Amino acid sequence: MIEIRFHGRGGQGAVTSAELTALAAIEQGKYAQAFPSFGPERRGAPVMAFVRVSDEPIRTREKIYEPNIVVVLDPTLLEIVNVAAGLKKDGIVVLNTTKTAKEIRKVSGINAKLALVDASRIAIETMGIPITNTTLLGAMLKATDLLPLTALEGPLQERFGRVAAKNIKAFQRAYEETVVEE
Amino acid sequence: MAKRVGIEVSLAISEAVKLANVDVIAAYPITPQTHIVEHLSELVADGHLDAEFIPVESEHSAMSTCCGSSASGARTYTATCSQGQALMLEICYIAPALRLPIVMTVANRSLSGPISIWNDHSDMMMSRDTGWIQTVAENGQEAFDLTLHAFRVAEDPRVLLPTIVNVDGFTLTHVIEPIEILDQKEVDRYLPPYQPQMRLDPTNPVSIGPVGMPEVYTEAKKAQDEAIKGAKQVILEAWQEFGDMFGRYYKPVETYRTDGAETLLVTMGSLSETAMIAVDQMRTDGKNVGLVRLRLFRPFPFEEFLAAVRGVKQIAVMDRALGLNGAGGPLATEVKAALYDEPERPYIWNYVAGLAGRDVTIENFVEMADGVEAAAADGVRQGYTIINVRE
Repeated sequence: MIEIRFHGRGGQGAVTSAELTALAAIEQGKYAQAFPSFGPERRGAPVMAFVRVSDEPIRTREKIYEPNIVVVLDPTLLEIVNVAAGLKKDGIVVLNTTKTAKEIRKVSGINAKLALVDASRIAIETMGIPITNTTLLGAMLKATDLLPLTALEGPLQERFGRVAAKNIKAFQRAYEETVVEE
Repeated sequence: MAKRVGIEVSLAISEAVKLANVDVIAAYPITPQTHIVEHLSELVADGHLDAEFIPVESEHSAMSTCCGSSASGARTYTATCSQGQALMLEICYIAPALRLPIVMTVANRSLSGPISIWNDHSDMMMSRDTGWIQTVAENGQEAFDLTLHAFRVAEDPRVLLPTIVNVDGFTLTHVIEPIEILDQKEVDRYLPPYQPQMRLDPTNPVSIGPVGMPEVYTEAKKAQDEAIKGAKQVILEAWQEFGDMFGRYYKPVETYRTDGAETLLVTMGSLSETAMIAVDQMRTDGKNVGLVRLRLFRPFPFEEFLAAVRGVKQIAVMDRALGLNGAGGPLATEVKAALYDEPERPYIWNYVAGLAGRDVTIENFVEMADGVEAAAADGVRQGYTIINVRE
């Protein structure tokens, strides 16, 4: 079972990221569970969303304490949230950033594997808005073998309708531009 | 053909209500039930469901409207939880007394105060003696299936009682997971159109809900008591038929790895599957621990429960509500009452856990099993513990 934690700010689409990941996994015949950090929604405040993906039915309803993958939608969160908390030993942190791996490690103290992408720039260039959720999904798929690249296209199409094409483009560009640092 | 889809559990419940082809929905949105009625209002507005959606001004009005609607012979649905259910409680007592087969989802949530919106079973316990049939879902698939089952049972001429499907708020309602959605033909096969036995009809006037003078009140209550006791047989039949049609069989009391168990955990709701993982771990470690889950809460399945626990040495009952009566949680009190007439009674320790969204982990279930064994061995007088309290 793979456990994923998304960090974002309210309104950036962390919950949507989690949902799309689960929907894609279920469409692939896998089992998945996506849930928000339950409670009032607060635009701009740090929020989390969670996903489990497994080849077997998922029984646990525990919170996720030790994720395999952490995805950070907003670069400013690194300074205020310990995004790597509980990360598994061979886990990976997928980051929206313009910084180098060396700079990230210095600021955050993260030793784990990193996947870096300038998701804000890609989002603005392809969609005209700095909403990075679908972009980061491209980065996540590049950095892990969670799901095939094509698995997200159906759910993206269904969720975004007439703006799906732009989201899919941002998603694919992130897949190409993401750099993985051991 | 049924279709396996990834869907939020709330929306799957709405789809079940749509497939049940309800006539009237009267509801007031309250977290964490909101998505259910929000989606139903969309289905009605978009023409996918030919029903009246009545957006009332409060839950008291919601249940009052449901009573009127059901009394006129309409298939009627609502959803609520917590403070909203507290507000409608006055009318919740009236619906079963008038034998109105309303179906209601309760997205289980704590009761204030402190002000809270998170999941526990306080509202289920608040309404335990209202006279509604109550089932409890463990996962999204059950939330969908039990909703259809609820209409089938409630409207059976041998029952005619309102039915609550309890679904853990957030822990289930806000989770996306794979659920098999039945198609309309399949649901129609299982759930025939509602045939009211008696209804408000201007061309054939009757009175429903008059005053019960002392000369008739006791008889009316006796009749209601017989009705809810007698409902169990229909509940079982409707589950059997559901299983025969769709391959998912449900029982009022489910057991997991109870063969040869000396210690049992007793749970209700979505954390039961987490408890199964703990049982698997403990069995691997050579501990004789099993799990008993209640899917039917009202009427209380005495016979099945006693059969499930007979012969064990100790039971850890998990309550997700606090009774505030000095005796721990309400479920443990009922379990103890159920066992009173047994010639050999197991030792019982009650754990109050997961209040208002406090996480209950696999490890916590191991602690409960170990804890009841230790207390029984030490001969401590039976009692209760609130777990995961920050001291």
